Amino acid sequence: MLGAYFPVLILLFLALVIAVAFVQLAKWLGPSRPTRIKYSAYESGMDPVGSARDRFSVKFYMVAMLFILFDIEVVFMYPWAVQYKQLGVYAFAEMVTFIIILFIGYIYVFKKGGFEWE
Amino acid sequence: MLSTFLFWFLSVIAIAAAIGTITARNPVFSALSLVLNFFALAGLYLTLQAEFIAVIQVIVYAGAIMVLFLFVIMLLNLGSDSKDAIASKLQMGLAIIAGGGFVLMMTRIFMIQLEPNKKQSVLMNGKVEKIGEWLLKDYVFPFEIISVILLASLVGAILIAKKYKAH
Repeated sequence: MLGAYFPVLILLFLALVIAVAFVQLAKWLGPSRPTRIKYSAYESGMDPVGSARDRFSVKFYMVAMLFILFDIEVVFMYPWAVQYKQLGVYAFAEMVTFIIILFIGYIYVFKKGGFEWE
Repeated sequence: MLSTFLFWFLSVIAIAAAIGTITARNPVFSALSLVLNFFALAGLYLTLQAEFIAVIQVIVYAGAIMVLFLFVIMLLNLGSDSKDAIASKLQMGLAIIAGGGFVLMMTRIFMIQLEPNKKQSVLMNGKVEKIGEWLLKDYVFPFEIISVILLASLVGAILIAKKYKAH
């Protein structure tokens, strides 16, 4: 059972190796001669003031909520996709109904301007 | 055995990440530790042959729930926790009650002895194929109701968070 997931393990391992290797290679190979001016904010840029951890607009929250809802839709597609062939046309129709109901929600969000960024 | 080794390896990561979550001073670091913990848990579920829960763990917990956590952290405008912040008596009491309850529950779970054939059926029922069949054959109506519930929460999210333009 676990053997089927061995490629995933290899992928994770490779991702880790590549990520670490590239950062370290850039450090070792690249010349590093920092000066005070190089570290300063760029010309005509603003010096950072205050904490970056400020309060966020509720707009972001809405995007997150929409992401979560469609994320959960995917959760239900997964067992259906695995058993797609065995379940047949009837299950396909059920899934289409499921997706259509959520697609109505998608249209609602679209019409309400939920994807617009004012 | 590889799977036994993986189990212990992931357990160590999960516990370390959990400790990191509760000890980090910076709430964002806490949240990131929690992500690591969720991934380790997903791996643990895999070693326990619960594929479906493993995938759900990654999609829902490491994805959606963590987004919510980070949003709460950002919306509440939390800075780094100062070192001299000491929990109140009430908080300590509640923590002891919650921790005690958890320990009780875990000891109870560990005491359960499953018969071998029952164990087999538990393993079988956790399979994705089985869940897919149930969802789309035996529990069709609840399954479709879920989409309506999701639709309702979608409308709710828009209603709460969307600013209406003044007409």
